[in-house]
Amino acid sequence: MTALLEMRSITKEFPGVKALDTVNLAVKQGEIHALVGENGAGKSTLMKVLSGVYPAGTYDGEIHYDGALAEFANIAESEARGIIIIHQELALVPLLSIAENLFLGNERAIGGIIDWRQTNQRTESLLRKVGLSEPPSTMVDKLGVGKQQLVEIAKALSKEVRLLILDEPTAALSESDSQALLDLMLELKTRGVTQIIISHKLNEVRRVADTVTVIRDGTTVSTMDAETDEITEDRIVRDMVGRDMADRYPERDRRAGGMLMEVRNWNVWHPLHTERQVINDISLTVRAGEVVGIAGLMGAGRTELAMSIFGRSYGRNISGSIEMRGRAVDVSSVSKAIDAGLAYVTEDRKSLGLILEESIQRNITLANLKDVSRNAILNEAKETRVAQDYRKALNIRSPGVFQKVMNLSGGNQQKVVLSKWLFAHPEVLILDEPTRGIDVGAKFEIYGIINDLSAQDKGVVMISSEMPELLGMCDRIYVMNEGTFVGELTAQEASQERIMSLIVTE
Amino acid sequence: MEFAEHGAEAPKRLGIGEYLVRHLREYGLLFALITIMVFFQIVTNGTLLKPVNVTNLLLQNSYIIIMALGMLIVIVSGNIDLSVGSVMGFVGALAAVMIVEWEQSIAVTVVTCLVAGGLIGAAQGYWIAYWKIPSFIVTLAGMLVFRGLSLWLLEGQSLGPFPREFQMIANGFVPDIFPSGLSQGVADLLGARRVNMLSLSTGLVAAGLITWMGMKSRAQNRAYGMDLEPLAFFYARIGITSLALIFIFYKLSTFRGLPNVLLTMGVLAIIYAFFTERTVMGRRIYALGGNEKAAKLSGIKTERLTFLAFANMGVLAAVAGMVFAARLNSATPKAGFALELDVIAAVFIGGASMSGGVGKIVGAVVGAFLMGVLNNGMSIMGIGIDYQQVIKGLVLLAAVIFDVYNKSKQA
Ligand SMILES: Nc1ncnc2c1ncn2[C@@H]1O[C@H](COP(=O)(O)OP(=O)(O)OP(=O)(O)O)[C@@H](O)[C@H]1O
Ligand SMILES: [Mg+2]
Repeated sequence: MTALLEMRSITKEFPGVKALDTVNLAVKQGEIHALVGENGAGKSTLMKVLSGVYPAGTYDGEIHYDGALAEFANIAESEARGIIIIHQELALVPLLSIAENLFLGNERAIGGIIDWRQTNQRTESLLRKVGLSEPPSTMVDKLGVGKQQLVEIAKALSKEVRLLILDEPTAALSESDSQALLDLMLELKTRGVTQIIISHKLNEVRRVADTVTVIRDGTTVSTMDAETDEITEDRIVRDMVGRDMADRYPERDRRAGGMLMEVRNWNVWHPLHTERQVINDISLTVRAGEVVGIAGLMGAGRTELAMSIFGRSYGRNISGSIEMRGRAVDVSSVSKAIDAGLAYVTEDRKSLGLILEESIQRNITLANLKDVSRNAILNEAKETRVAQDYRKALNIRSPGVFQKVMNLSGGNQQKVVLSKWLFAHPEVLILDEPTRGIDVGAKFEIYGIINDLSAQDKGVVMISSEMPELLGMCDRIYVMNEGTFVGELTAQEASQERIMSLIVTE
Repeated sequence: MEFAEHGAEAPKRLGIGEYLVRHLREYGLLFALITIMVFFQIVTNGTLLKPVNVTNLLLQNSYIIIMALGMLIVIVSGNIDLSVGSVMGFVGALAAVMIVEWEQSIAVTVVTCLVAGGLIGAAQGYWIAYWKIPSFIVTLAGMLVFRGLSLWLLEGQSLGPFPREFQMIANGFVPDIFPSGLSQGVADLLGARRVNMLSLSTGLVAAGLITWMGMKSRAQNRAYGMDLEPLAFFYARIGITSLALIFIFYKLSTFRGLPNVLLTMGVLAIIYAFFTERTVMGRRIYALGGNEKAAKLSGIKTERLTFLAFANMGVLAAVAGMVFAARLNSATPKAGFALELDVIAAVFIGGASMSGGVGKIVGAVVGAFLMGVLNNGMSIMGIGIDYQQVIKGLVLLAAVIFDVYNKSKQA
């Protein structure tokens, strides 16, 4: 096989940060090439260099594509050569239909007037290719993330794609959606589409990749070829973090103390479709020092449950009661919920968790300005100290705490959100997909933090679509489906099969 | 990555070029103001910086600066207020009617006007904050409503004059508290006809304060590993600002001293700068403008903040309205017409972002001065109002283009 793409000693600097330092990457024609590395290693940056987001001249090094030197000035030029990138954050217009999104900027038109018949026909055939059966006129905001991801791929296919780049495509997907997506990747491979996938889910990498390149701290550390080497997760992890990692889940003394939080008969209706009940009579308990999981498929209502508890941030006609340490508490607004000892780490860090234009420091202290001020006047020296402590404790990769959060890699942004809520010193921390987009090393650190909270007799509620994570971390797991709890399993009873069967039999 | 090795924060000394690129906006504004002042000083044969004109310049722009303080907060919170010109005119008319027609005391009038301004702002803020009606629409309506109400209140006529005490709000000067012997001595020493010692010493104190605060924040930046401004820049910036302050206050002191309005304006600007940068509530307003949903989920009462931002804007518009009426010594139905545009322009020239979450009080004040110097300089030169509008429009556009360009380059 010949090389379709060769990136030679690519170096890219941002003010104060050398994101890439002489990185090399060679991608063979027709293969699936995985790019892995810790958060902030430079994976997304490398792909942005390749696709012209950072135009030629803003980086050092050479890109050879399809046998010639490529110097893209913008994304349009790279797309014209068949390089299509699907970014870490989806880029569909939510209030347009699937068909409109697919041909956005590339409309099927005759003399400036859109040819709807052709558009819809093409859309249908593209959707079939990615295994979707929605009508082309469906609004994108009605689709789940998994299906939106497939629409993105269909959009790429509409453009004569030769090299498809997927930046963490399965991060927000459920198990089955992820499987469907990986199957699709394998099928595209048989049709000759070369692909680069960035992922922190190493089992998926192992499943689809022909070649794996590991980058660490902005340089290439190793390249493994499935034909000649044996690619194992342990080996990838070792190259990623630079040392052996024996366990994926740190040990903890499992113990459950007195009752910490008790939610009783919780009911929530949909904010817009008022006749739809989203949460149906749920009761939930968390004991001191306990880590409680909530398992379920996408759309089971886990996020809605958490947000409705956290200051009624979701839904209407909410009924039910909440007690903390045996006393009824008022959680009717977010500030009251925080005062009652709750904290909620959102799954959607960009739009709900962070002020992207502001610094790490200002984001970390936002939910607890009380502790860095006196008489409502901020003590900035103290604020900086706090932020620096969390930056160190959670190993947030940045030149300092004054860096804008916008300029951090996805995983490091997640750590900033987590820091914010740890600094609010909650009694019960609700984590919604806390390790989404986070590398193995950082996951281990976050699990460690969860264990620390448990050791301090705090409670943790963990919503996760990664079942191994729930099984590895939780003392007790609630299984949720269509707005109700359909089962409750202790750590000893729980297994992937039992959770799935509880979901399916209901 | 290089910083990975450092681990802890090692303060980095940036090269001059790199620092300049990163802070181009702030220096650009100061530089633009200085350039424009030097330019007009030359083409007006020195009229611009004559003591009487410096005094005038400050008086003429005081109401814009006062309103720019409130507008900055409104814009940082992610909103806009188009009604301030009309509200200002309305409050001026209210003051005139109360004093001239109803013969109320000045104290009662001032308090009533401030309350009226606050209520007007609150009424608009209510719809914006709690009903989520876009501020553009609500305040556009307010602009029409209060323009109409001032016409009605004044029955289409100008109303004046005001008693001397009321005029003092805008045209009075703070009495010199230093013994006249001292003033005379200093005047002889400096070769001036007279010197108002209060004004001169205020300038010296202000310059001293700026230097001291600059040193302090530099030390703090060093301690916490922020970008360190190259030393030459630091001294140049502090030096130029201090000298300019001393110069302006000296000019004032050789005319009639410290205008009351300058005092009001200066105190307000310091309070608002402190409020936005150092208080919990100020910080929350930036968060609200930066990402309303995230702010809300962090326990911030976003509705209440928006409401208060508009109520505050109303109070400041009332202050400006009284200053304006007192300065003209009458209330006219056209008072404050299109002034909201100057105020908004000042805030954007000062570096605030239209999407909210970004902007500084200092920027807004400098932006307002920049517009003021342009107005004043062009008037002295005898440039027609037609060209003046065109030039002001282009300056605003250039400032915002510069912002956008700057941002895209840093990405
Ligand atoms: N626009 C920017 N300005 C400054 N620094 C940046 C910018 N974009 C990225 N960086 C920095 O470059 C480094 C690499 O970031 P990148 O997004 O490529 O990481 P990544 O490998 O994709 O990580 P993740 O797995 O968390 O997505 C990070 O340290 C990040 O903070
Ligand atoms: Mg990334």
